[in-house]
Amino acid sequence: MNKISRFFCYVVLILIAFISLFPFYFMFVSGTNSNEQILSIPPKLTPGTELAENFGILIGKMDLFHSILNTLIISIVYTLFAVLLFSAAGYALAKFEFRGKKLIYGFIMGTMMIPSLVMYVPLFEMMIRFNLTDTYASVILPLLANAFGIFLMRQNMLGFPSALLEAGRIDGVGELGLFFRIVLPNEKPAISALVIYMFTSMWNNFMWPLIVLQSENKYTLPIALAMLDGNPTNKNYAVIMLATAIATLPILIIFMLFQKQFVAGVMGGAVKE
Amino acid sequence: MKNHRKGHLINKGNAPYVLLAPTILIFVLFMIYPIIRSLYLSFFELKSGCYQFVGLHNYIVLFHDRTFYKSLFNTVVYLVIQVPVMILLALAIAVLIEEKFLRGKAFFRTSVFLPSITALVAYALVFKVLLNGDHGLINYVIELFGAKGVNWFYGEWSARIAIIMAITWRWTGYNMIILLAGIQSIPDSLQEAARIDGATARQRFVYITVPMVKQIILFCTITSTIGTLQLFDEPFILTSGGPNNATITMGEYLYDNGFRYLKFGYASAIGYVMTIIIFLLSALQFKATAKGDTD
Repeated sequence: MNKISRFFCYVVLILIAFISLFPFYFMFVSGTNSNEQILSIPPKLTPGTELAENFGILIGKMDLFHSILNTLIISIVYTLFAVLLFSAAGYALAKFEFRGKKLIYGFIMGTMMIPSLVMYVPLFEMMIRFNLTDTYASVILPLLANAFGIFLMRQNMLGFPSALLEAGRIDGVGELGLFFRIVLPNEKPAISALVIYMFTSMWNNFMWPLIVLQSENKYTLPIALAMLDGNPTNKNYAVIMLATAIATLPILIIFMLFQKQFVAGVMGGAVKE
Repeated sequence: MKNHRKGHLINKGNAPYVLLAPTILIFVLFMIYPIIRSLYLSFFELKSGCYQFVGLHNYIVLFHDRTFYKSLFNTVVYLVIQVPVMILLALAIAVLIEEKFLRGKAFFRTSVFLPSITALVAYALVFKVLLNGDHGLINYVIELFGAKGVNWFYGEWSARIAIIMAITWRWTGYNMIILLAGIQSIPDSLQEAARIDGATARQRFVYITVPMVKQIILFCTITSTIGTLQLFDEPFILTSGGPNNATITMGEYLYDNGFRYLKFGYASAIGYVMTIIIFLLSALQFKATAKGDTD
């Protein structure tokens, strides 16, 4: 490539990077400005001094503490269950030969093609029947039927050395012992990718929690955000942007710390670097 | 060697079933049952708390329902415009980032990927402020260039374009990362040989990169198609389906019927029509790729 097209290439990429990053900057900076400053033309784009003021208004309008707590509990419990279930399932599908294996695996993968929206009506009906609406369990349980998590763990377990398992068997380690004491400790990279993937997807989830959670003190952050925006009285964009920033910050920090696992999660664990 | 050792209730023979049992239970309860139940419900109508069998009534009503057609039309618009634009953009960015001379690869890769970690509700709210018709920054920039600002959420097409822009911002990096891995797996020797033979960058892209990552492009296209057909969060936040249902998606229409008006049967019928469309489109995409292989 000659100099001109190289230069052009940089210009395009810098522009794209700017477009990708700017909304983050805007969201964080707007949380520190007043509503009037955001609505002035052009909007104020430098950090301001209204953060404390905005925060005060925000906690008056939205049950921030409960929303964070709810989202945190739901995401953590969901992730714990997902890790246990999916590593066991992935291990079974990767390292064993048994009758019905192809059928089970094919079926689980096939469910990826079915829109989850189709299931929401019967699931909602089910939650009503079991008196589970408005509980953490109603959010967590149905979303555990997640084919991608199983796929991710299976792909990673395929390469697990069978010799290690055989050695364990000869030493008289039981099958569950093999799983908990040999497989799990050796699959930390795959598990961390799964943890990040599951945690973020639950933290960000909107539609299903919106359907089953009804009382305000049970709302997760995305629902609380939508309600804050949906309330037309004294709409304050500074406050909305601050709430959005608060909801985004934890995921951003997790991303900065665990970038590799994040990317591995997106690609079904097949990351090479 | 015998693996059925004494003292272990769980042996090598039954271990996979034991390990899979909880997952299978979850899938039967929360996946298989709802799928079947939904089909069943689509033949019923909820009347004063009781289900009444109505045969194909829900489907017949659906095929005459203008709002449903509108939601189908909008969803198809998003699909036909947004998915190809996004996949091409993602592919182009991935190719640029893989160029040998480029410095700061990690920075560009991370920046483009970053939008895909945000909650759909969160980024939709940011775009709602940025696209504000009277005070939004995007209109300010447009007016700087001498053009007239757009009242984004009040015109049918401008509202659709606003949603398309937002989704593209959120998902391009996600697909870019997947495509990047595919491009990285192309052996360097192949590109090198083409370069020595005098192939231009464009020729290498068309004759080496694209054919080598075709499967991954297919994967991205199918997952994006399924995602777009279920689109809900963004139109819900950005436009609430308005103006005049101009941006309503099938997902929103299903939500309205199922959970606003509690028409469980009708919502189930919408869900099944959606499923059929997804199957048809995926099959079509598979076929298109397979056909290309024999050329």
